[in-house]
Amino acid sequence: MSYVELKDIRVSYDNKNNILKDLNLSIEKGELVSLLGPSGCGKTTTLRVIAGLIEPNDGEFLVDNQNLTKVPVHKREFGMVFQSYALFPHLTIKENVAFGLKLRKEKKNNIDKKVKDILEITGLEALSDRYPKQLSGGQRQRVALARALVIEPKLLLLDEPLSNLDAKLRLSMRIEIKRIQSKLGITSVFVTHDQEECFSISDKVAVMNKGVIEQFDTPEEIYKNPKTEFVARFIGFENFFTLTPTEDWKYKAVDGTVFQSNRDWEPGKQTGTIRPDDIEMAASTTQHTDNTVSGVIKVRTFLGKSYQYEVETSIGTLIANKADDVVYQVGDAVTLSIPAHKLIIV
Amino acid sequence: MRKNVSLKIFAGLVFAFLIVPLLIIIVTSFGTNSTIQFPIQGFTLEWYTKVFNNESFMDSFFLSLQVAFLATLLALIIGVPAAYSLARHTVFGRNWIKSFFLSPTIVPGLVVGYSMYQFIVIKFQFPIIQGLLLGHFLICLPYVIRVVGSTIEQLDFSIEEVSWTLGCTKIQTFIKVVLPNITSGIFASFMLAFINSFNNIPVSQFLSGPGVTMLPTSLMNYIEYNYDPSVSALSVVLMLGTVVLMFVIEKTLGLASIS
Repeated sequence: MSYVELKDIRVSYDNKNNILKDLNLSIEKGELVSLLGPSGCGKTTTLRVIAGLIEPNDGEFLVDNQNLTKVPVHKREFGMVFQSYALFPHLTIKENVAFGLKLRKEKKNNIDKKVKDILEITGLEALSDRYPKQLSGGQRQRVALARALVIEPKLLLLDEPLSNLDAKLRLSMRIEIKRIQSKLGITSVFVTHDQEECFSISDKVAVMNKGVIEQFDTPEEIYKNPKTEFVARFIGFENFFTLTPTEDWKYKAVDGTVFQSNRDWEPGKQTGTIRPDDIEMAASTTQHTDNTVSGVIKVRTFLGKSYQYEVETSIGTLIANKADDVVYQVGDAVTLSIPAHKLIIV
Repeated sequence: MRKNVSLKIFAGLVFAFLIVPLLIIIVTSFGTNSTIQFPIQGFTLEWYTKVFNNESFMDSFFLSLQVAFLATLLALIIGVPAAYSLARHTVFGRNWIKSFFLSPTIVPGLVVGYSMYQFIVIKFQFPIIQGLLLGHFLICLPYVIRVVGSTIEQLDFSIEEVSWTLGCTKIQTFIKVVLPNITSGIFASFMLAFINSFNNIPVSQFLSGPGVTMLPTSLMNYIEYNYDPSVSALSVVLMLGTVVLMFVIEKTLGLASIS
């Protein structure tokens, strides 16, 4: 039994279209789990079900073996950080952070100490008497984090907390969040649509699509071994071509070319996929071996550190990135080789 | 440029057309003549003392003040929660309800007054004071719902959700988080509703009865038989009050956001 369990959660607003269907998710204590997916995939809805802001139509939600499905939001004791920061404009930073503790009727000394400690951890001591509108975006986000953490929540929920920050700040804030999260050892759920952000911060990632979790794995596993075409596309695989399994570890493409892959095959899977970076490209040779196809360059795009080529081949158009040490021209005939250890079957 | 100049002249004329009668009223209130005349012969404050010593003016003034104050208060008590629900919940036919609440500001005052007379006085036979209060409450309510509603709509909903996650019930959240952040809207709607109730003639006219006269009514009664500058003086006092209130609104919320 994991620390957090979502069992067969279904959410529907009109009882016809399901926003979430048969959603199952287990989170271990102290883990940071990300929900990753495009907008409208149900990741925020999942988070709001956990928070208690949405009641699921079916299913159960348990934390620490307690069934919280029917427990109202204000009794769940989870900390939540919103995309808009959602600081109370009429309160100072100190008062914002103390808000949750005051409701718990703790002693004033206790409150002061806890507030002071968390402001120190989040590096906000100097700002404690300011009002939210006097702070920058990054500072506000830290206040929101401090306010959620100070109540020592059983769960920390983060709803796209970094998407309103600029790129540089986003990078330092995500390191900050990870640092504080692992320091306090607090079980966290992080919602994002940014795969880099999500991979760098998470212990585990749930990739979601249309209300369903497509894959729940470690970031490395998802990056290297996507289980479905949707996951592959979402994390940067751009080449997809039909393959028919023949004998052990071998596949046949539409033009008869034989491919090998080191990855397991499961029944029903017949699409080969590879990242543009993993395709090797060379000037055309007449010699034909397994895992290679010939083609003609149709489009060349300069990407800075490399060039991207669109190559028309007998198994379809493939996209390959190649460093600029050898530059090919549009119209050149090339041979693409697709290494067996990089070819994924989804 | 030519076009601009003629536009400026036109705007100036419109402005003068609006402001000059008011200026004349102000000037005549200081005149020594026994009727309202312009230009004035000499300077006196006699009419102001006369206004303040006129019992019927003073009685109706305080009555108007009390009715306006109580009606506005009542409108806030009912209107703020109503505005909150309209802004936050997907109530069935929300837009219809909103338009309905605003109807007293669109329907001609005379019609509003007459229909209230039909129901409040004739059908349900309310006592005069209660009837007046009810009528003025209905004048005030649209202003509260509209102004407070727009302030609530501008408030980030997630601060309420955060407050729930921190342990507040919905009612605690309303008191601790929503109310402190909509004070400017409440204040502005209070002022606006108060001024409109205080200056309202048709509803007061229809709903008042023997011995109970609101200020605008008693002013009109007075003009019917007397045409002396104390009317001007009273008008100046009322204008001054309204200007002060509008100034306060402008300082707290800005007039642009409520019109």
